[in-house]
Amino acid sequence: MPTLTLYDAVGAALTEEMRRDHNVIAFGEGIATKRHELVDEFGALRIRNTPLAEGIIAGTAVGAAATGLRPVVDLLFAPFLCYAMDELVNSAGKLRYLSGGQFAFPLVTLAMTGAGWGVGAQHNHNVEAWFVHSPGLKVVMPSTPADAKALLKAAIRDENPVLFFLDIGLLYQPGEVPAGEHLLPLGQAAIVRAGRDVTLVSYGKTVHHCQQAADQLASQGIAAEVIDLRSLKPLDEAAILGSVRKTGRLVVVHEANRLCGIGAEIAALVAEQAFADLKAPIVRLGGPDAPIAASYPLEQASVPSAEAIAEAARRLCSH
Amino acid sequence: MTPKPPAKSPQHLLEQMLLIRAYEEAIVNGSAAGKMPGTCTSVGQEAAAVGVVNALAAEDLILTNHRSAGHLLARGADPGRLLAEVMGRRDGYCKGKSGSLHISAKELGVVLTSTIVGAELSMAPGVALSQSMLGRPGIVVCFFGDGAACEGSFHESLNLAALWNLPILYVCENNQWQAFVHRREAMRREHVAEWAAGYGIPARTVDGNDVFAVLEAAQAAATQVRESGRPYLLETLTYRTRGHLEPDDQGYVDKAELAHWLARDPIATSRARLLADGLLTQAQVAAMADKVASHIAVAQAFAEASPFPAAEELTRDVYA
Repeated sequence: MPTLTLYDAVGAALTEEMRRDHNVIAFGEGIATKRHELVDEFGALRIRNTPLAEGIIAGTAVGAAATGLRPVVDLLFAPFLCYAMDELVNSAGKLRYLSGGQFAFPLVTLAMTGAGWGVGAQHNHNVEAWFVHSPGLKVVMPSTPADAKALLKAAIRDENPVLFFLDIGLLYQPGEVPAGEHLLPLGQAAIVRAGRDVTLVSYGKTVHHCQQAADQLASQGIAAEVIDLRSLKPLDEAAILGSVRKTGRLVVVHEANRLCGIGAEIAALVAEQAFADLKAPIVRLGGPDAPIAASYPLEQASVPSAEAIAEAARRLCSH
Repeated sequence: MTPKPPAKSPQHLLEQMLLIRAYEEAIVNGSAAGKMPGTCTSVGQEAAAVGVVNALAAEDLILTNHRSAGHLLARGADPGRLLAEVMGRRDGYCKGKSGSLHISAKELGVVLTSTIVGAELSMAPGVALSQSMLGRPGIVVCFFGDGAACEGSFHESLNLAALWNLPILYVCENNQWQAFVHRREAMRREHVAEWAAGYGIPARTVDGNDVFAVLEAAQAAATQVRESGRPYLLETLTYRTRGHLEPDDQGYVDKAELAHWLARDPIATSRARLLADGLLTQAQVAAMADKVASHIAVAQAFAEASPFPAAEELTRDVYA
């Protein structure tokens, strides 16, 4: 099986989808510069650099998506999405509904986020939950190159606007990617490790921290089940509930601020629908309610560690 | 259904303006009587809308905003379905989900209407990109006000449209009011068109209360966009003679300024001109008024008879 980084898996998905469908175009801040091989193959009309103006990049994608094209836009870093909120939330997310279904917005917005480069809070801010809270949008954040490729291909073919977050810390980690046509439906979580004692739910780089925690727990006789959500919206509620009904214990882990994060929604979901199966309280591990510092140790400390996850799981299993 | 070729005879321009005025007055009266929600009217701006829309071809696409009645009606929208939409009824153009503020009518080429000031400007380049990349003939017309011109999206939009050679006719309806703030309090220059030169976009300012002047200027502008494949900015100088959102006592409006513009009412002036030129008789004026009144009466009856949307519409059309 070929090995690709997550960054190259994104390029492979773009290449395959642009070959498959002439209406797929990509533009954004430096995309034609950084992915010049796409310009070589598809030409300067379908792969375009843009001004550093996130609002008009996103707005142009919204207008193009509603009228026949399938744009993928690169807005670089997730905090820059603040400049594109009106276009993504008020236009792409609402104008289908407000028009009584007259328009669809098949567009993908790429943005990087997460600890790893010490770029500080104006380049690293895990804002996924903002978009989950906004109707009409889908939200994806893969944890492996294989998933990134398969999910991006599905996102490009989806008729809805998709926010596609790339974890900076995983961007240049290599991983095996199946060659050829391979798609994953949006809204399908993966049970990346089976276990009977405790469920660890996560997405992005903290999936790997959960897997490391599960290794540690296994040596202590605790079998942890690890779920990679992959999509935050739609959320695979059945996978979460099915696992918790089996294990009776839940730790939700993400790098984003714990306050009103995805973990809060998952905890509420389980409390509402699987309360009787719980053997212990639900634990949420998330980032602090603080901007992320550039200083490496502080940046890393904002991310739930494998040790913290294992400790939380052990505590639950002592119940 | 493709849009009908627009009427261009002077009499039809006048009749369209009368229809727009009567439609909006019906909403104002309905709102005052508690039967309809308040809306953002375009009373006083009818010539700007009618002149531009009648310069367009059937395949052209229009983006507009919350003050859209003139654009929609001049494009041939059914006032009954518009009123139904304003009243939140099932037979509205958007199934009653838009209300007055974001009425799109794809079948008429009126797309992506947004009430966020400046959003039409942010989406217009993408619509024009589709037109040019998919080889479609129509140009894109983007209606916005002087308020939107003070948003960043105006400047980003013009920059990108010039850079990418996008076939957009930007139409700034400078109605002197940005919600409850006079244009003079919000921008240094008198005219929005002056900004276009900074982006390398040709522009022209026209008397927006003279429907014939607007039509002529818009025909020339649309032809230039069609032939060059590049953007153009037309600014229509006009005045919002009613408040921002009904009901509005306009206590904040300078009375002398309002009187000046009311004396230049686009309907009264064009009607007087047609009468003076012998293109219209008093009898025809009366017949036209009767025709418009009965059209609006039928529309209002249709809207009032239309049911509210079914409960399941609450969550329908969120995702494709």
